Amino acid sequence: MHIFPFVVVAWILGVGLYGIVTSRHLVHQIVCLIVVQSSTYVLLLGVGYRTGAVAPYFFDVPVHTPAVDPVVQALALTDVVVEAAVTALLLALAVQAQKRFGTLDPQELVQLKG
Amino acid sequence: MSPGQRRWVFLAGLAGLAAFYLWGLSGLPGFGNYPGPYGYIINRIAVAQTNATGVVSAVNFEYRGFDTVGEEFILFIAVAGMAVVLRHLRSERARDPDKPGEDWSIPAATDAVRLTALLFTGPVIVLGWWLASHAQTTPSGGFQGGVVLATSLMLVYLAGEFLLFRRISPADVIDAVEAAGAAGFAAVGLTAVALGLPYLKNFLGLGAVPGAVSSSGTIALISFFVGLEVAAAFTLIVGELVEQTLLVQQGDQ
Repeated sequence: MHIFPFVVVAWILGVGLYGIVTSRHLVHQIVCLIVVQSSTYVLLLGVGYRTGAVAPYFFDVPVHTPAVDPVVQALALTDVVVEAAVTALLLALAVQAQKRFGTLDPQELVQLKG
Repeated sequence: MSPGQRRWVFLAGLAGLAAFYLWGLSGLPGFGNYPGPYGYIINRIAVAQTNATGVVSAVNFEYRGFDTVGEEFILFIAVAGMAVVLRHLRSERARDPDKPGEDWSIPAATDAVRLTALLFTGPVIVLGWWLASHAQTTPSGGFQGGVVLATSLMLVYLAGEFLLFRRISPADVIDAVEAAGAAGFAAVGLTAVALGLPYLKNFLGLGAVPGAVSSSGTIALISFFVGLEVAAAFTLIVGELVEQTLLVQQGDQ
């Protein structure tokens, strides 16, 4: 069983989570969240892959050519859109945090509220 | 909680996550052995049913069209949410970008950046338009095309043409374009209902040749509307963030 792509998924997820936990800057933390989310793209494309198959586009190949699963690819597209939406909102919140509290360090933000 | 303690909590959680991940992985069929059945079935029937050679687009805008309406409105709502979060506070006022004062000015871009950005603007627009209008044929679609189209406006901003950026992307017009894109998608679905068909049923002619730009009926139309919506949404997102640079705290100066 080839597991290399799933090892890559775990690695991307792991480094992203580590970044979120240890981050000292909100924008950096948001970028780490994007990294975490990137692991789901690899996972989705990985589970839909068939050895030796082409992309699910039959523009210049015959219709019955073996192709990879188009459903997970469409899901990956949804994933990207949601990520863009989430990132935009989080960046807006980071701008407001800087304005209100004058800092983007999550550690200091916790102390301010707590 | 100190950073050290937090790291230990994180490592404990990570160990649990790793255990579940390995457990899940052991049940997967392995990379390259996709078991189906949906991918197989859709790859077999999509071209014959929709005349679209881009099966991912066919899934997005036809088989799974109802989900994609929701997806588009996620972006729509995110832009609205961003506008609410970034509303002007009572203590803030916006500088007038047409009148840079002595105390502030819009930073100028270097000639190299200006030239590169302006050289790319035209080709990027063409590429974005091509992507948004060819979802039914080759790897492309409204989402990708929309983002690329919005990038062309970012290039104008990057070239240091802040005033031009604001002039060619006035928020009112872009708001209207975004609404038109989102409403267009929903309207395509409702037109099908008005014709006595299920919501989002492909009611247009599929064209004679699979893979032609004019083929696939509503798939191409929906992709175009999505392109409009996404291009406008991303322009608004960046526009909102750029506007923030104009704000000053009252009494700050």
